[in-house]
Amino acid sequence: MSDLDSVSRRDLLALAAAFLPSSLTQGTGQGDSGIGRLPRPGMAGMSRERITDYENDPLIIGIEERLRCTCGCNLDVYTCRTTDFTCQTSPAMHREVVGLVEQGLSSQEVLDEFVARHGELVLMAPRKEGFNILGYVLPGTAISAVGIAMLWILARRTRYGNPIVADGARETDGLNMSSGDAERLKAELADLDN
Amino acid sequence: MTTLGQLALWLALLIAAWGSAVGVYGGLTTRPELIQSARRSSYALFGIVSVASVCLIVALLRHDFNVQYVWSYTSRNLPTPYVLSAFYGGQSGSLLFWAFVLTMFAAAAQWLTPRRYDHLMPYVAAVTSAVTLFFVAVVLFASNPFERLPFTPPDGNGLNPQLQNPGMVVHPPMLYLGYISITIPFAFAVAALITKRLDTGWLHAIRRWTLVSWIFLSVGIVLGMWWAYVELGWGGYWAWDPVENASFLPWLTMTAFLHSVMIQEKRGMLKKWNMVLIVLSFMLSIFGTFITRSGIISSVHSFAQSSVGYFFLVFLVASAIALAWLIWSRLPYLEPEAQLESMVSREASFLFNNLLLVGMAFSVLWGTLFPIISELVRGSQVTVGPPFFNQVNIPIGLALLGLTGVGPLIAWRKASTRNLQRQFTGPVLGALVVVAILMAIGLRDFYATIALALCAFVTTTVSQEFLRGVGARHRLHGENYAVALARLVGRNRRRYGGYIVHVGIVIMFVGFTGAAFKKEMEASLRPGESVTLRSAFGYDYTFTHVGVSQYEQLNRFVSAASVEVARGDSRLGIMTSEKRQYWNSFQEPTFQPATEAAIESGLREDVYIVFAGAVEGTEEAVYRFTLNPLVWWLWFGGVVLVIGGVVTMWPGGGPTRASLRRAGVGGYQVQLVDREAKASV
Repeated sequence: MSDLDSVSRRDLLALAAAFLPSSLTQGTGQGDSGIGRLPRPGMAGMSRERITDYENDPLIIGIEERLRCTCGCNLDVYTCRTTDFTCQTSPAMHREVVGLVEQGLSSQEVLDEFVARHGELVLMAPRKEGFNILGYVLPGTAISAVGIAMLWILARRTRYGNPIVADGARETDGLNMSSGDAERLKAELADLDN
Repeated sequence: MTTLGQLALWLALLIAAWGSAVGVYGGLTTRPELIQSARRSSYALFGIVSVASVCLIVALLRHDFNVQYVWSYTSRNLPTPYVLSAFYGGQSGSLLFWAFVLTMFAAAAQWLTPRRYDHLMPYVAAVTSAVTLFFVAVVLFASNPFERLPFTPPDGNGLNPQLQNPGMVVHPPMLYLGYISITIPFAFAVAALITKRLDTGWLHAIRRWTLVSWIFLSVGIVLGMWWAYVELGWGGYWAWDPVENASFLPWLTMTAFLHSVMIQEKRGMLKKWNMVLIVLSFMLSIFGTFITRSGIISSVHSFAQSSVGYFFLVFLVASAIALAWLIWSRLPYLEPEAQLESMVSREASFLFNNLLLVGMAFSVLWGTLFPIISELVRGSQVTVGPPFFNQVNIPIGLALLGLTGVGPLIAWRKASTRNLQRQFTGPVLGALVVVAILMAIGLRDFYATIALALCAFVTTTVSQEFLRGVGARHRLHGENYAVALARLVGRNRRRYGGYIVHVGIVIMFVGFTGAAFKKEMEASLRPGESVTLRSAFGYDYTFTHVGVSQYEQLNRFVSAASVEVARGDSRLGIMTSEKRQYWNSFQEPTFQPATEAAIESGLREDVYIVFAGAVEGTEEAVYRFTLNPLVWWLWFGGVVLVIGGVVTMWPGGGPTRASLRRAGVGGYQVQLVDREAKASV
């Protein structure tokens, strides 16, 4: 092997070493980390950060599902940050939640902290206190109250009432019903059951 | 064309005013030429509003960007189906679409209603013309789709990417058809109130209309759920958003009406209640539109805030006052013809079914309006989201599911103990078997267990009814089982169609229970990297990132992230989720990038993959993987429900003899007693 050959090979390797990172990044689509770069990154939405354990932590998710994203989307923080990938508010709120959990706050304390900062509107459901209790109990109470009232009224009516058909039928019990009428009655009752 | 459209709208305004006035006056004076004129005004309105609608469609298809509406919702490179769907994609277009469909239904009602209801028709024409007048006025004075820009832009803004989905081409019209068709039964109800002809006759006239309306509402709601699932990318289908709630409210009251109307037809009872329900359904359909368009409640579906809301508010309040007075003044004519005979009867079970349906409607309305009420009372706003609605409505929904099974098992008028034993033994056993199986396999979710047990209960109920009916036909007529089943359903479409609807509801509930067992995770993966997620059914799914490719397609630039999916050792294939950057014909981005989820649907569970984005512009992709159990059952249940509805309303399955008799003066029971009295005399 000649000197020239060895020099050339060294030069070639040096050249390759010098060009490789940039060419992989731009030309052949390989980055510093050996991962291809997208031809048009801006078209793939907002740049994302790597997922950490916090993003899948049930405690964090549980808290975020009870917090409303303040961007105006009406979604909870967890749903917004994992659905609306153009929103910058929910990722920021997620970081806040993570920060508070890292400080050792419990779920309730984190929620209280958010209410202190943003008001009760930040909760996905109102707290069960004061006027809000009415919000929770009114539908069930109203249905139960009407149901009980209906039962009471129906019980009275069916016990003491004077149903037209029943009485009419009872009155006819002692009468001799013609076979034609009996057939008709049978047909009508069958029709009613349909 | 827009000038012609504008002229057509003004003409429609005049005809609608004439039709509503001449309908009432002609009806009151019984002058044939005025009655005829009212009817003709319904046809004329349909023609003239059609002209306005065609003008807007032509402007959309011709890309006339000088028209503000066309510029706002289309672009040159927008595919034609979406150009057409832009007709109802924006506020003013959707209002014109509403007016168009309303006039179409009004004309059809005049055309198709049998002559025996002629006494109601001038008032029906008056009511439909009055509602048309309102919508045309809103279009003309508050939200006009023919408004022009001072210049002509070279290209339009394009349609919101989330609306560029086949589901969105069909979902809004279906929902509109449901909302709008309620106007026809409502118009008949008002006509019956005005004429004081409040026997069962008007119910026969509206039977098909109520079913049509209910079916369209059902299709619209289910399609909306499907669209939310495939398009919004959050892996769910119902978020208790105010606009979703607005579509659910009239569906609940219409469902209540479809049940309680049977009691009026068969027993002459609940006349006041049925009247209230049909009026309430109409008011709620308008209320839903008010919520969507007024901006009073924050919603992802809301149109831009505008003065349209004030028009709707005035219309709602004025209609509520007028209708309350009308019903109040007719109360003596709405007395029942019979009394309930037993607490254990089908009538009583329908009453409780109505209580729960209307109670649920109240609960949903209450939750939807609670932020406003809270602000009025306490001066501070609160958010009422899914946790609130689920907590309040799931128990009601389960109680309703239970009654779905109970109702058909109890006899009309009075059920005997023997009857109850015979009917309930099988279904209760079926429910207990399912509970035992669920316990054995380790299912511990309270609501899911109750829901699945009730599903088994209702399924056994319905199966029992079919089996008994088919068996009876087989024994009595010697038909083979297939023929017996076909004839059983064919001869009593209303009853068995209703059972099919119940089966659809059960299947949908099975789908709902799946939500309790959803599994999901986020992951950032480099090409070749994998993550594993265990499903509720115990399967391990492995997701391996293949890579991200970018390319142009139609009116968008696509970044497609591909994942190889395996369940256990078996390879399921490659799934691709996309980021779509829509652009106009100059390749200028029109909206923020939209996400297209990759969905592999199965009987057990759906694999749902969302490409959240790329890490620092590289091929390292961030994904959300979701395993959604039993979602397929939801869509299948929706199809079964609609099939049941169609069977119920199919021509030929008309009112029963008892019901037809009740349409005359007096009622079944009274006639029978009279005959007996005559016989004894």
